[in-house]
Amino acid sequence: MLTKRVIPCLDVREGRVVKGIKFVNLRDAGDPVELAAAYDKAGADELVFLDITASYEKRGTMVEVASRTAEQVFIPYTVGGGIRSLEDIRKLLSAGADKVSLNTAAVQNPDLVREASRRYGCQCIVVAIDAKRIADSRCLPASACPPVPGVGRRARCWQAGQIADSSKSEMGKPSAIGHKPSAKWEVYINGGRTPTGLDAVEWAKKVADLGAGEILLTSMDRDGTKDGYDIELTRAITAAVNIPVIASGGAGKLEHFLEVIVEADADAVLAASLFHYGELTIKQLKEYLRDNGVPVRL
Amino acid sequence: MIAIVDYGVGNLRSVQKGFERVGFEAIVTAETDVLRRVDGIVLPGVGAFRDAVSSLAKSGLGEELARNISKGKPFLGICLGLHLLFSESEEHGITRGLDIIPGRVAGLPSGVKVPHMGWNQVYKRRETPIFKGIADGSNFYFVHSYYAQPDDEAVVATTTEYGLEFTSSVCCDNLFGVQFHPEKSGEVGLKILKNFGELCD
Repeated sequence: MLTKRVIPCLDVREGRVVKGIKFVNLRDAGDPVELAAAYDKAGADELVFLDITASYEKRGTMVEVASRTAEQVFIPYTVGGGIRSLEDIRKLLSAGADKVSLNTAAVQNPDLVREASRRYGCQCIVVAIDAKRIADSRCLPASACPPVPGVGRRARCWQAGQIADSSKSEMGKPSAIGHKPSAKWEVYINGGRTPTGLDAVEWAKKVADLGAGEILLTSMDRDGTKDGYDIELTRAITAAVNIPVIASGGAGKLEHFLEVIVEADADAVLAASLFHYGELTIKQLKEYLRDNGVPVRL
Repeated sequence: MIAIVDYGVGNLRSVQKGFERVGFEAIVTAETDVLRRVDGIVLPGVGAFRDAVSSLAKSGLGEELARNISKGKPFLGICLGLHLLFSESEEHGITRGLDIIPGRVAGLPSGVKVPHMGWNQVYKRRETPIFKGIADGSNFYFVHSYYAQPDDEAVVATTTEYGLEFTSSVCCDNLFGVQFHPEKSGEVGLKILKNFGELCD
């Protein structure tokens, strides 16, 4: 049975890991390769390097990180962040990266996903989607709302300020708006700074059609909160596509990982600080998942 | 010396580094006379079947591989390198392969996510040299959308479950092929490379 994957994510700037990392027996906690090797030993199933180098000129360092990693790490690793062209992809893959993750460039130039997948195989093209919930886009059934004086009982839908009046719907037929769960998420690019107007579920379907082999889905609402993954978002995406989905953003405790795997059907779980600061070890997490009936590699 | 065949696809560096890690020298080559001289040959690869076949045919590497295999030189096909050994593949229309192992390469069934990506268990049908010292049911890293269906069950070394029970490795005298990526499967994967290296010595 295919196991669920546990993936630590390392933020790298100009060739160095940026977030503080508490790991025993490291000579240099800022060296991404040394950390990668430590995570490999600790039982990580895969690794993600996210290049957050601000200047384009200094991006070449990531190719060097990828190539040094290939010499020491014998589990799959993905490199993402700032990848713009087929040439960027080629360089990273030939340096030894197994996969590249595209985000902003995929939105600005969807053909890049198609071309890269055709040329290098879908298995190495990950599309990262940063999604943010559209404020209060959830609709409640009319029956759940208190009657509003003068207009009767209404289905409330706050999206775009609409109020659907279910009292006008045909007798016995529930108002479509009022009864359809319609939470929506918008895709953001440029490290979460720029909204795109794209619906995250539609975008996920599109990139799967273009040939992406996997989706790395980050909930911007949950990222860094430790409140748990966005189950509803993850569920919506896994239900919409037939490629693996990595859930990211919000992991704070063991139960959160189990929840997103069991309730949202995530194929893999990604976390950063929780592992880096030693709050949770990969082994602890995997044993917990195993004890709760989730197949893992131990 | 082990040769890793470079025919323009896939991640050759990891395979080479993997052999080096377990103490075997490996060179990446696209030259037929190098293949003749080495002690063992590895055909790695990810990518499209058709492109790979035409690249092997154009360069003459395909024929050279077949010659070396029939002479008894240890050979290991990885992922696409396993698929290429078969008679034909249904990937993007029927394409002829190297036809060294009778059988075909088919798409994974509907109802499971494709590609099959991640760590899955490998169960032994029988003991084979490259699985020496590896526990039955060990997890290996897979990434593939197609799988091999040998005509002769006797070549099957291991099977794995994903939507159906498929052949995850074959073994036939000096000829080995694995669907998973030993160079990406941590310790057990390196053990496969080590076992293969020892057969070449």
